[in-house]
Amino acid sequence: MKFWKKKSEEGSIDESIARASAFEREFSRRQLLGLLGVAGAGAATVAATSGCGGKAKAVEDAALDWETFFQGNYRLMTEAEKRDTVKRLERRWQRDHAGRIEVSSKDAVPGVLYGYAFNVSKCKGYMDCVKACVEENNTDRDSAMQYIRIFEVEEGEGLGLHGGDSHFFHEVPAAGHFYMGVQCFQCDVPPCTKVCPVGATWREDDGIVVVDYDWCIGCRYCEAACPYGARRFNWSEPEVPDDEVNRNQHYLGNRLRSKGVVEKCTFCIQRTREGRLPACAEACPTGARVFGNLLDPDSEIRWVLENKKVFRLKEELGTEPKFWYFMD
Amino acid sequence: MVLHGLDSTSPDAANPSVTTAADRTAAEGPVSRRPAWRDLGSFVADGLREATSGGPVYHLWMGGLTLLMLIGSWAYWTQLRHGLAVTGMNDHVSWGLYISNFTFLVGLAAAAVMLVLPAYVLKDTDFPRAVLIGEGVAVAALVMCLGFVTVDVGGPHRLWHMIPGIGYFNWPDSMLTWDVLVLNGYLALNLLIPFYILFSHYRGRTPKKALYLPFVFLSVAWAFGIHLVTAFLYAGLPARPFWNNALLGPRFLASAFAAGPAFILVALWAIRRWTDYKIQRDTFRKLALITTVAAQVNLVMLVSELFKEFYHPTEHSASAIYLFFGLGGADDLVPWIWTAVIVNVVCTILLSIHPLRRNLRVLIPICGALFAAIWIEKGMGLIVPGFIPGPWGDVVEYHPTGVEIAVTLGIWALGLFLFTVLVRVALPVELGRARAPGLPTSDTSTPA
Repeated sequence: MKFWKKKSEEGSIDESIARASAFEREFSRRQLLGLLGVAGAGAATVAATSGCGGKAKAVEDAALDWETFFQGNYRLMTEAEKRDTVKRLERRWQRDHAGRIEVSSKDAVPGVLYGYAFNVSKCKGYMDCVKACVEENNTDRDSAMQYIRIFEVEEGEGLGLHGGDSHFFHEVPAAGHFYMGVQCFQCDVPPCTKVCPVGATWREDDGIVVVDYDWCIGCRYCEAACPYGARRFNWSEPEVPDDEVNRNQHYLGNRLRSKGVVEKCTFCIQRTREGRLPACAEACPTGARVFGNLLDPDSEIRWVLENKKVFRLKEELGTEPKFWYFMD
Repeated sequence: MVLHGLDSTSPDAANPSVTTAADRTAAEGPVSRRPAWRDLGSFVADGLREATSGGPVYHLWMGGLTLLMLIGSWAYWTQLRHGLAVTGMNDHVSWGLYISNFTFLVGLAAAAVMLVLPAYVLKDTDFPRAVLIGEGVAVAALVMCLGFVTVDVGGPHRLWHMIPGIGYFNWPDSMLTWDVLVLNGYLALNLLIPFYILFSHYRGRTPKKALYLPFVFLSVAWAFGIHLVTAFLYAGLPARPFWNNALLGPRFLASAFAAGPAFILVALWAIRRWTDYKIQRDTFRKLALITTVAAQVNLVMLVSELFKEFYHPTEHSASAIYLFFGLGGADDLVPWIWTAVIVNVVCTILLSIHPLRRNLRVLIPICGALFAAIWIEKGMGLIVPGFIPGPWGDVVEYHPTGVEIAVTLGIWALGLFLFTVLVRVALPVELGRARAPGLPTSDTSTPA
């Protein structure tokens, strides 16, 4: 049964069903947790009585991990549960690291639908956006995971990107070339969320497509379903040095991931829901990146859409990307 | 009983459609009066004894499979510790050898229907002895399918997220949830029907048609379901033009109904050679005919696909170009696919010549070759090119690693191990050698 709203204007019946099934799920999950908890407590007692110093910490860590293991789908959580869940993430971090992290569970702001526009004439391929994105989103440094790809395309090759090269290592801008960036287009009809067998990825009310990294089973069906190559999988345990971790996090955004789960660009949900620009848009030195609220008639993004000749990629697939390209 | 109206004029009407020698002795002989649960205990004990006893060849076979399973487990442990980075997969080619084998094996499982349909539904008396083998193949193939999916996911410890009630089952939106339903349902059907029939024979009883025939009909429809649903898993992705075509489902069925019976023919031949369970020649003849027709249809569909991709190649033909001719210097799959196509064509031609098909010494090697060719074509030949080129034109080739190959061999060994055990348990019951305590045993190795 489909119980969440696809678009914000869809009916309230869905919402009430969502609440009802969230309750049901929560109930049965708790029962299971209770049953297993007995066994877990037994094991914890054994561990606690059998050892020396540091065992107590191990037991508490195990308890936190235990609760995390059995936590439900974020999408179905009540506000209180969401708060508990992010508090647990903060506590778990503190146990093994110096300092604190802050994890937000802020919901979509009503009346907001995010959109992005990319000025092909302005981009010079400096890649400041890519660097800012990696630093902002705590992506794996070992595999150099990046959400954004900037293609260098020879003039005359056209905008299909198939003649483009995203692995260029020379001074930019190169003569006779233009630059075009791709990332997650936050489709309004996302093919990736539909295929997820466990509902671990969905479109939020502000149009951002998110992943619950603690619910994802890592089947990578979404990665096969995305026509824009926007999703990334953690093939090994992601590594971010402690001093490079961005500590302002969102549960659905840049919090630290573990191996075996899928992640993606979230338009920097941890920033944009606080009214800031995504890191890429802020870092761009040429002003090629325009971001804003599509529902606000005075926003820059609306001005671009209304006054420029805009286009989107692979429109024929019916995915309705919220990412437009335009030229001066 | 169920089909009573259909053959009320036939003198055979009272005969169950599955009329084996075991049935006949059962109908005439004494019946076990012990409670079913007590017979179940001795059934399991007898089964275990049968499965663990045999000659040196048997022990060598099972020992070899066990060794492969152990190596596979070790490789999987490595993968669990280090993540899927130890495989050849990456964000460009995000499914590889595991999902290729999964896809192929769904077809093998579905093919059991080609035995079930004539045996139970069309009441073809040539098939009963073979049908249990077919169901055994289905069970083994399904267990391998579930194994391949499990080793492919990044978080096997989270698979409970899919269980409705405690997890979230994204049905009907996700085709993967459909696949979970149909595969597990088909596994249950293929375990329960043969178990009921075998256990009835074991207790000296005649299986009641009214009890099992409805499930037989269900399993026939279900077999088409598992394969179509698995095809839809890929065909439903507009992101991958190579898969996103209407022919994928029908082509899956055609190749499955060629590869499946081909495998069963080889298995039946092995059983006929190494056991005293005599499969009638007629069964071989009919199964070979099914294989031939399916292989012919499969070739027609291949030609149709090649025509569409190459008569006027579009951007969407890039994957087919990569597969058959190579793209931008990347051509690792080219020798594989041409081997598959040539073997497919040659086997289909040979199978179409009656005297050759009827000669077991020719038929069995052809079946083995056809099976291998379809494994290439529908495994790596179907899954990997779907990702090449990528959505933005990247051509990144895929090569399975040693870990991946070891895990894959381990799962195949598990399937063959399971299949062997199932056959070892079933045959003595069907031959009348294994019976519930207190019942006389008989030997009916020669076909009636």
